[in-house]
Amino acid sequence: MTWKQVFTSSVGKKLVMGFTGIFLILFLIVHVGLNACIWANDGGDMFNKGAHFMGANWVPRILEIGLFLGLLLHIIQGLVLVFYNRSKRPIPYAIDYGNKGSKWYSRSMGLLGTIVLLFLILHLSNFWLPNRSHQGFLLGEEINLYQKMQEVFSELWVVIVYVAGCISLAYHLAHGFQSAFKTLGVHNKRWHVMISCIGYAFSIIVPLLFALMPLSFYFGWIS
Amino acid sequence: MEHYNMNLTLKIWRQKNKNDKGGFQSFQVKDISSEMSFLEMLDVLNEQLIHEGQDPIAFDHDCREGICGMCSLYINGKPHGEWKGNTTCQLHMRAFKDGETITIEPWRASAFPVIKDLIVDRTSFDRIIQAGGYISVNTGNAVDGNSLPINKDRADASFAAAMCIGCGACVAACKNSSAMLFLSAKVAHLALLPQGEPERHSRVMNMVAQMDKEGFGACTNTGACEATCPKEISISNIARLNLEYLTASIVAEK
Repeated sequence: MTWKQVFTSSVGKKLVMGFTGIFLILFLIVHVGLNACIWANDGGDMFNKGAHFMGANWVPRILEIGLFLGLLLHIIQGLVLVFYNRSKRPIPYAIDYGNKGSKWYSRSMGLLGTIVLLFLILHLSNFWLPNRSHQGFLLGEEINLYQKMQEVFSELWVVIVYVAGCISLAYHLAHGFQSAFKTLGVHNKRWHVMISCIGYAFSIIVPLLFALMPLSFYFGWIS
Repeated sequence: MEHYNMNLTLKIWRQKNKNDKGGFQSFQVKDISSEMSFLEMLDVLNEQLIHEGQDPIAFDHDCREGICGMCSLYINGKPHGEWKGNTTCQLHMRAFKDGETITIEPWRASAFPVIKDLIVDRTSFDRIIQAGGYISVNTGNAVDGNSLPINKDRADASFAAAMCIGCGACVAACKNSSAMLFLSAKVAHLALLPQGEPERHSRVMNMVAQMDKEGFGACTNTGACEATCPKEISISNIARLNLEYLTASIVAEK
């Protein structure tokens, strides 16, 4: 059994989704924690210091490459699986099983993931791209990201898109969090109950905090 | 429960053979007893069709007591009909009301091609079993009972997985047409017992490879399979299968 055979099997493809999914969940913790510094109410001093550490230090910058690779793998493998699975029932049912057997968001991971991806493209072009191009994609001088946030989140349509992106992320996580652990083999009930509870809490708290960021700027909740 | 008779409209999938395009055909049945089983109701319709000189509806059935796994109808949007933990043959007409329209479809999956009307070809399941769903032992005298000590919890979990009758409702219910609940029940059933230990790793590898070859989809843990399974096989078996697969891929020599 070669590694290629393992990772191209249906179970192996899901293992890739599970591993990269958990990796991206870990990234979300770092991202939300650092961004929460905007609520220090110090005109963005603490937030900019944190952003500087992440942007002007080789260690997080090398990890960033890993993050993009993980993200790409998750997106590509996810889309491949959506179309692969869909092709397995060429003739649909006249009456769908629908919500009687499963939650709608567990059946809509491809759609929710695509909405998150579209949001991500906007998000990267709002912050990551202007900042990194200002740095010359190396360790050059950064832009004032707190100011940039104020600027970007002064427009209502951007705030609405961000909140919609966070809602999609919440539902994507509500299924993805516990499903990733199941895919990695967590079958014991005692662990599964705990992971499900943590997963639901995570999928509410983290996207809610993210959504509060553009709202805080737009409604002037921070000084 | 009080007995009653009902008149029904049946919308049934008709397809001459696997190359035919097929389509729905409507039938009326009268004076159906609420105490009949669903298959007996179809028997009444078929007798009616034979009397009229028409081709009767082809559907799979055998034991009619919920243990063989042959019956396989997708009734009103759910495999085996609305009742929980129940096969089509054990579904009774008291589940329906007078004047109701019932839509009956075959299992839909590319790995289960329709042979005729409501009968699908489920030999892909047989080939998955042939790929590793067994233990290799020298036959001879029967082994003494209890000569191999087995933990009671593991024996119970193994037995719960062995309840799978291989009807394919999990595939029919899954949006991905995945056979993972079936496969995981077969793998877990043997992985939990000492008799299954020697072939543990090759079994899971070969059975997953065969499942992919047969054209089933991949599992996305939605839980529709568990919700529809007539034998209420737990979805935790799928997580166990994933662990078996991951372990086997790590410890594989080559």
